[in-house]
Amino acid sequence: MNTSENNKHKIELVCPAGNLPALKIAVDNGADAVYMGFKNDTNARHFAGLNFNESRSVQGIEYAHQRGCKVFLAINTYPQAAGWHRWQQAVDLAAKLNFDALIAADIGVLDYAASQYPDLRLHLSVQGSATNTESIRFFYENFGIQRVVLPRVLSLKQVSQVAENSPVPLEVFGFGSLCVMVEGRCLLSSYATGQSPNTFGACSPASAVQWQDTNDGLQTRLNHILIDKYKPNEPAAYPTLCKGRFEVSGNTYYAIEEPTSLNTIALLPELQAMGIAAIKIEGRQRSPAYVRQVAQVWRAALDNCYKNLKEYVPDRQWLETLHSVSEGRSTTLGAYHRPWQ
Amino acid sequence: MSTYIPKLSLGPVQYYWDRQSMFNFYEKIAQSKIDIVYLGETVCSKRKLLRRDDWFKIAHQLQNAGKEVVLSSMTLIEANSELAALKTLCSNLEFMVEANDLSAVQLLKGKPFVTGPAVNIYNPQSLRMLYRLGLKRWVLPVELSKDTLSDMQNKKPVNVETEVMVYGRLPLAYSARCFTARSHNLPKDDCQFRCLDDPDGLLLSTQESEKFLVLNGIQTQSAKTSNFISELDQLIELKVDVLRISPPSKHTDKIIDIFHQTLNQLCTTTQAYNSLQALMPAGGSCNGYWYGENGMDYCEFNQEKSVC
Repeated sequence: MNTSENNKHKIELVCPAGNLPALKIAVDNGADAVYMGFKNDTNARHFAGLNFNESRSVQGIEYAHQRGCKVFLAINTYPQAAGWHRWQQAVDLAAKLNFDALIAADIGVLDYAASQYPDLRLHLSVQGSATNTESIRFFYENFGIQRVVLPRVLSLKQVSQVAENSPVPLEVFGFGSLCVMVEGRCLLSSYATGQSPNTFGACSPASAVQWQDTNDGLQTRLNHILIDKYKPNEPAAYPTLCKGRFEVSGNTYYAIEEPTSLNTIALLPELQAMGIAAIKIEGRQRSPAYVRQVAQVWRAALDNCYKNLKEYVPDRQWLETLHSVSEGRSTTLGAYHRPWQ
Repeated sequence: MSTYIPKLSLGPVQYYWDRQSMFNFYEKIAQSKIDIVYLGETVCSKRKLLRRDDWFKIAHQLQNAGKEVVLSSMTLIEANSELAALKTLCSNLEFMVEANDLSAVQLLKGKPFVTGPAVNIYNPQSLRMLYRLGLKRWVLPVELSKDTLSDMQNKKPVNVETEVMVYGRLPLAYSARCFTARSHNLPKDDCQFRCLDDPDGLLLSTQESEKFLVLNGIQTQSAKTSNFISELDQLIELKVDVLRISPPSKHTDKIIDIFHQTLNQLCTTTQAYNSLQALMPAGGSCNGYWYGENGMDYCEFNQEKSVC
């Protein structure tokens, strides 16, 4: 992609909208775009009480568009033949409503959208697992995708290599819950609970979670599998499968990953210089209050970095705010930072 | 069982074994009843005890022994160096390639290719689209059920062959992080190749000592061995063309024999099941995905319904 134009492009801030109140708050607090899903398993935040039906979608799109904010729709899970009609209907509805882009992952869904609705702008979802330029080229040449959301597994150097050679602009994750595994290629959840992000749109689904108070303290389980146990007064985390304490070679520790959130706000100058098109904020399942805080901080950071790339330093207040809404009250640079790997 | 017998394939070795063990292993495989062998490193690009020439040497030995050889590509491609190696692999004119990432599909455009279990083909639309690009055979993603497979078989292009993994620990996830290095408190860039210590991966248990997962470098597997020996009749009914065994470090020759004998009705399914149980690495067996249940469950199939 073209990064030569003095790198003075504006990075787009893409914020989560789990429902209409969150959408409005994101729009009012500086989002350039919001992303959302319909109320079923066609998207990867298929949680009870979340997401949009048709009339709410219309209201959301109208609210955002009147204020110059774009709206993306995620149809980013993998349909099987028995449920195909739901994904097809979702694409049909996306084309009928005035969405600015459809975020999809499945080859069949992309093929259908590209052939039926050639004017519908397509983004490749992070669930599409495109971690290199040839994968991106596959989706670009076959379906004409116009942006790709990168999985959270690349180091900063690797992101830069992809940015240099990608046929389409890149969107990267800036903040929020961290997937340690390549998105779209993690079956841990269905192994334990029968439901995975690919098949059901949820990881470690709430219906499989058990919180048990015992004499030894709190235990968290997923479909009866012990994910973690806590001493009295030790803060407990949601039992996401990859973020529990397990035993390997006689040691008990966070064998896969700690409960922590990704935060790349310190990397903004590098991302700006690489020509990254958009920063995505994770968290459609989070509260409108979270959306407000995170959108405000990132709006300020992006504006600050844009105006003064060379002297940009993350504000202490921003970092404190982000910490306060992070998983386990801690943040990491994740795979961007090579030693993490 | 009906008249046709599906072919047996051996998936790529998922672990890191020393050089001599690899040569010895494939010498035995050359003498086995296996029909198709997938060869190559698919998990970590740092594992280089076998070089390109070594892989081709093994490929030729297997070919001379009458086996069909397919070269498997890496699953997670990130660095430019990995992409360069992939380009070399995909430009070989001698052997078909198993694409384990869509980057390989892109580079193989116009040639016949196979897709491995980590390429997400979840519906007939995806299958047909890849068929237009040269797909010859696909492996069912491991989390999909027999009902989904049945729909795929009914709607797939007739010339595409279907392969199902029927034995081995399940490949469940891939990460940028190396969990084996992490378990030794080592950074990935200085991993000291500690995965060589664990020929069947490193067991991860819950704090209640339930054997749960296996860490294999950047890959996470199931601790349980997926075993569809009791499901062979169903696989044949669905006209599956190829059955894949994913090799553990020990007894692969015996496991191949057991599948071969069962398919040829030289032993009963119960005998075969019991023999396989004795050969598995720690963790027990599972087949839940096949029945649309939790992957780690073990279900029994009786009169058209499964009990887990």
